[in-house]
Amino acid sequence: MASCKRPLVLTRRQFVSTAVAGSAAAIVGCAPAKPGDGEFFSEDQARTLAVICDEIIPADEFPSASQAGVITYIDRQLVRYYRRHRDTYKDGLIRAEATSVQRFGKRLSELSPTQRLELVASLEKENRPFFELVRNHTFEGYYGSPRHGGNRDAVSWRMLGLPNPPLRGRAQYDLEKGSSS
Amino acid sequence: MKRVNAVVIGAGAAGGIVAKELATAGLSVVLLERGQWYTANDCRKDDLRNQRTTVLGNAFGPEDEGNPRVWVDAQGTPHTALASEGVYQNDAACVGGGTLSYGAQAWRFLPQDFRMRSTYGAPQGSSLEDWPISYDDLEPFYDKAEYEIGISGDYSATPFHGPRKRDLPMPPLPPGREFEILGRAARSLGLHPYHIPMARNSIPYNGRGPCMRCRWCVGFACEVDAKNGSQNTVIPIALNTGNCDLRTGCMVKEIITDDRGRAQGVAYFDARGKLQEQLADIVVVSCCATESARLLLNSRSRLFPSGLGNQNDQVGRHLQGHHYTGAVGYFDVETYDDIGPGATIAISDYNHGTPGLKGGGMLANEFIRLPIHMVDRLPANTPRWGLGHKKAMRDWHKRTIVIMGPTQQIPTADARVTLDPSVRDRWGLPVVRISGNVHPHTFEIGAVQAHRAESWLHAAGAVSTSIMSHTPELVSAGQHQAGTCRMGDDPKGSVVNRYCQVHDVDNVFVIDSSVHVTNGGFNPALTIMAVAYYASDALVRNWKGTRYRS
Repeated sequence: MASCKRPLVLTRRQFVSTAVAGSAAAIVGCAPAKPGDGEFFSEDQARTLAVICDEIIPADEFPSASQAGVITYIDRQLVRYYRRHRDTYKDGLIRAEATSVQRFGKRLSELSPTQRLELVASLEKENRPFFELVRNHTFEGYYGSPRHGGNRDAVSWRMLGLPNPPLRGRAQYDLEKGSSS
Repeated sequence: MKRVNAVVIGAGAAGGIVAKELATAGLSVVLLERGQWYTANDCRKDDLRNQRTTVLGNAFGPEDEGNPRVWVDAQGTPHTALASEGVYQNDAACVGGGTLSYGAQAWRFLPQDFRMRSTYGAPQGSSLEDWPISYDDLEPFYDKAEYEIGISGDYSATPFHGPRKRDLPMPPLPPGREFEILGRAARSLGLHPYHIPMARNSIPYNGRGPCMRCRWCVGFACEVDAKNGSQNTVIPIALNTGNCDLRTGCMVKEIITDDRGRAQGVAYFDARGKLQEQLADIVVVSCCATESARLLLNSRSRLFPSGLGNQNDQVGRHLQGHHYTGAVGYFDVETYDDIGPGATIAISDYNHGTPGLKGGGMLANEFIRLPIHMVDRLPANTPRWGLGHKKAMRDWHKRTIVIMGPTQQIPTADARVTLDPSVRDRWGLPVVRISGNVHPHTFEIGAVQAHRAESWLHAAGAVSTSIMSHTPELVSAGQHQAGTCRMGDDPKGSVVNRYCQVHDVDNVFVIDSSVHVTNGGFNPALTIMAVAYYASDALVRNWKGTRYRS
């Protein structure tokens, strides 16, 4: 499956050609994405992945993985540093959906909260390499630097009580004297 | 290209010092470095891409693209590794080498560390050996490194150190919260806690300001240039002499030898990928243990069919690093103060002298943990994911102390670097292949050290702990890699003599951690530096001059 790469702002000519490409993509299961959507994932893939990531880091008084930008983080890396993981994601998401349909007769995004938890727990056992990859990347996107598209507004750092913008010691340290002030 | 007195390969901890010492003595020097010279603009605090957490790549080289290596698992199956993967056993590729981004712990080894075989006897199957030189031989050069590179700290609270002529040039940084908590606890156990010696300014020194105590230290370059490596100390001095030419982006292909078996210089690919030759009176190999061995093995010729200096099949053997173990302690009070660098306190009570154990190592608290480092360091009963994991991150991130340390490894001849028969790098050169393991007694010592770390944490008031101890299937060399061109008096069991001169070729020197016979129970940077000063001193004293002398 080709990745669904789209510019954020389309000229009229691009719009026409993209619409054509988009409808072709829809036939092979790569639905057209809205402007601003991912560079790698289709909207469907992103939705499926978000269900999994949000079980790994669910919302409570702080945002869930997808709310904090983890899907954006993973999506960006798959066209940059994590190109080597593309197949694992593509196959893993297909298998996850297949399991969902087989077990519950529904797509992942349509499952009840209990069913989602059950399904993701089964992924951990039945497709370990995929699950471990998603788990690691979810933690990277949530707890890592906001510059890579995740950890939106440094939300996880604030959750942990770490000052942001990060206190770099200047406030408590006098560079001239070279001692704690 | 103009012939020079010396070509030094690798601008890291050792190469920078050798270049400075030779250039200052009046020799003409070309310093070749395969990586780049990074500036303050490259010092971004990226917790996913630095030299320690490398999930998005090595910040200071080498790139994943075109720099593969091969490692061999316990079943003997080879696997290709990317430069950012742990099994690659990377150090760094840049001006400053590992010292640009290291944590900057700057220890002297103990006198016993140079006499491991005499002290303990070699376990069967090991290649444990004494160094041909002693702590006393190196002492003046440890001193020189401490003053020229710039080390802060205070040894006065511990009896476990070798004789020293004077104190460190800078006092330690003011203690943080972990120092207070762990210091009290260690003293209550009858131990001797003290300030970790650091290549880090605590006061203005060498024309640069002190550490500003930020959260990003080990793995990162210093934003205010308060961390002292070769890139901001000796290399600028070398360049200022006018005798040293630093060329970055240059990958050495091989050392060229003449038909009498002496080195003529090196062939290297320049930054544009063009093959160049640099002729020199002497060649100094300072590429770090894995890459120095690779370069010698890649320097094959009619007289040296198995590689330069490898007549007795010693090049690449005895690869070692450190076996890190320790424990995580969880507290019911906040232990986190957000004041860098974090690692502040250590004990050397357990480096030697435990009946039944052939060695040990220092134990110290860890550098500041970034949130990403905590996700797999939570208490043992924490769910691996889900709300329970998220809540545990909140509960424990500021209430955790980690103590760990580098158990001195017992080397074997089988833990080694060879050339991979098929995998090539972007220049078409055979790549490093890493196989074998250190002696298993190492892991027994490591397990004891982990329990000692745990006891220290309990004494400090930890409500629970988890042990970090393991038995790796492959030698763990990485950033502390050493041993592949062993120093020794007997050419049959070593590659270089006590002055770091290759036994087989008298104008080739290996000066870096490759020559370490054993690697101490400490981070090895200061010892690499001391050996570099020591070997440079001998080199300059024996330098007779040539008609090429500029």
